[in-house]
Amino acid sequence: MTIQQAKADALAARLGAGAEGQGGSTQQSWLGAAQAAALARVQGMGLPGKRDEYWRYTDPSTLNVPKALSAALFDNRGEPRPFSAVDRLKLVFVDGVFDPAQSDSLALEGIEIERLSQAAANPSHWAAGLYGTLEARGQTPVERPFAALNTAQADEGVLIRVTGKPSRPVSLIYLRKSVDCDAILHHLIKVESGAELTLLENGPAAARLSKVMEVEVADKGRFHHVRTQGRDHDRRAISHIFARIGAGALFKSFTLTANGRLTRTEAFIELLGADSVAHIAGASVGDGDFHHDDTVFVTHAAERCESRQVYKKVLKNGAVGVFQGKILVKQGAQKTDGYQISQSLLLDDDSQFLAKPELEIYADDVKCSHGSTSGAIDDTALYYLRSRGVPLKQAQSLLVLAFLAEAIAEIDDEAIAEDIRGRLEAWLHRHEHAGNGQ
Amino acid sequence: MLEIKNLHVKLADEDKVILRGLDLSIGAGEVHAIMGPNGSGKSTLSYVLSGREGYEVTDGSAKLLGEELLEMEPEARAAAGLFLAFQYPVEIPGVGNMTFLRTALNAQRKARGEEEVSAGDFLKLVREKAKTLKIDAEMLKRPVNVGFSGGEKKRNEILQMAMLEPKMCILDETDSGLDVDAMKLVSDGVNALRDAGRSFLVITHYQRLLDHIKPDVVHIMAAGRIVKTGGPELALEVENNGYADLLAEVQA
Repeated sequence: MTIQQAKADALAARLGAGAEGQGGSTQQSWLGAAQAAALARVQGMGLPGKRDEYWRYTDPSTLNVPKALSAALFDNRGEPRPFSAVDRLKLVFVDGVFDPAQSDSLALEGIEIERLSQAAANPSHWAAGLYGTLEARGQTPVERPFAALNTAQADEGVLIRVTGKPSRPVSLIYLRKSVDCDAILHHLIKVESGAELTLLENGPAAARLSKVMEVEVADKGRFHHVRTQGRDHDRRAISHIFARIGAGALFKSFTLTANGRLTRTEAFIELLGADSVAHIAGASVGDGDFHHDDTVFVTHAAERCESRQVYKKVLKNGAVGVFQGKILVKQGAQKTDGYQISQSLLLDDDSQFLAKPELEIYADDVKCSHGSTSGAIDDTALYYLRSRGVPLKQAQSLLVLAFLAEAIAEIDDEAIAEDIRGRLEAWLHRHEHAGNGQ
Repeated sequence: MLEIKNLHVKLADEDKVILRGLDLSIGAGEVHAIMGPNGSGKSTLSYVLSGREGYEVTDGSAKLLGEELLEMEPEARAAAGLFLAFQYPVEIPGVGNMTFLRTALNAQRKARGEEEVSAGDFLKLVREKAKTLKIDAEMLKRPVNVGFSGGEKKRNEILQMAMLEPKMCILDETDSGLDVDAMKLVSDGVNALRDAGRSFLVITHYQRLLDHIKPDVVHIMAAGRIVKTGGPELALEVENNGYADLLAEVQA
């Protein structure tokens, strides 16, 4: 059996199990047409197998199976909700379905928010012709079949068009009630010229989540994104961000990942206008049989752009961290400033970090650096802290937070950064006492 | 204050013996100095007392105010009142100096069953102590010792000492890497802490530091033991004649 045939079979198996190949929209709508095109795209690719180079460190089989595997619900009701101290517009999804009763009114000055399913009926909607376009661009040079499958199948998600500077961040909250449901979410965000949005996301969403977020940031637009992925132990998630960034624009994205059986988080970012900036960062903590994969592809296609990839992973009790990061500097993208760092802190001998940093440069006047390290807590620093009276566990936590600090520093809003820091501190504090788990 | 008896220490990983029956007794409020040639075990003594890993105590005891130090975790020794000013203060990227100081202070207070210091009181205290050591706000904000000059690192050690108010302070070659002005500043900081209830053990190679921090007792250490004890004049003798004569005299 050829690899290509195996991929096609995997897709057929996934599509065959009762689920339709395509989302609910009729072929006649712009959404239906985009979904049909996406279905054709994924049919041309198939689903990945273990022998796929891009899936070398992460086994896609539980993403390929037709139905989500059961994942026990995680009870963390006693803890403060993420971003609870931040004044924000809340949009709540339960098991991947928008819940208007728990959500705020969608009206906010400087921004238009609609559900994907409702926008499809409007033939002249701004999203027509844009939905699926960024995902399709992201299929070269490396195929991302789960993203195309998402575009084809999604019938839930939000379309956000930002025309001004809304007074509050928009917060997408993904609750889950079902132990074994799939959720497919596809968001499309357009930040118009000079506009600015902060987008927050949190929650586990489903036993298995497939999420695509397409983000277009027009010239001089600014987009800030901070998310935490729910830490239900058995949940699986594959998420993609596809971003297209215009001249003088800013894109910043930070992701906190804690536990979760399998988390593959991909980002495909294109700097298309001169003097634009893209920073993407991740802090991840895994204590147990958890697998966190961050796969990032940043393309510099214009002059004087700056990109940073900052990924920090703290792993123990068998957790596995993966980082695949690439900076591609196209011909003519002179004065590019590219930076990439991926580091892991292995708290015991059972954990593993696999990194594949790549640079591909076709311009001659650029500054690009990348580094990747893996190590244990610094014994000398630990001794120094203890000699000042800080107990061992607290000293370890302090050093772990210090290790993650460079990633958290990528969050511009201090209140939001503090929220993330607090969550990490609480996580570390719980793990100082419990060996495995929470 | 500090009673060390017949202390024998070897490296944990190899058969190298470093301390061979060291005895030392420091009374409350006293300042003792230890001098001695390279490799005599001076720094090892300070590490063993503060609880650094990598050493094995094969015999003897070290008591602080009657409590056996050698059985305690390093943090418990600190809470009991021991402080080591490091010869090479450690850089900790990502941990702010202020956070570090406050965490340490409150951890010690908690261990002793005392109330934690409020953010406001802490800030007031640290500013006041930092000012006398010419440590500016910028230095307090930076990560612990990262990018500090040699002098700044040593001043930062003394600031920690001033904040934590230990009972027994060990200064391990605090004068190394300091210019004359910095030495004066650091010494003034130490002298300001001299108190009837606080003792000091000053480890140094040079008489110069002892001009500033005047010791009550001077010990000469060689091959893992105290071989001679005297007054401040002993330090002058070392400065003038070196160790060779002294050691020959001891061995004779």
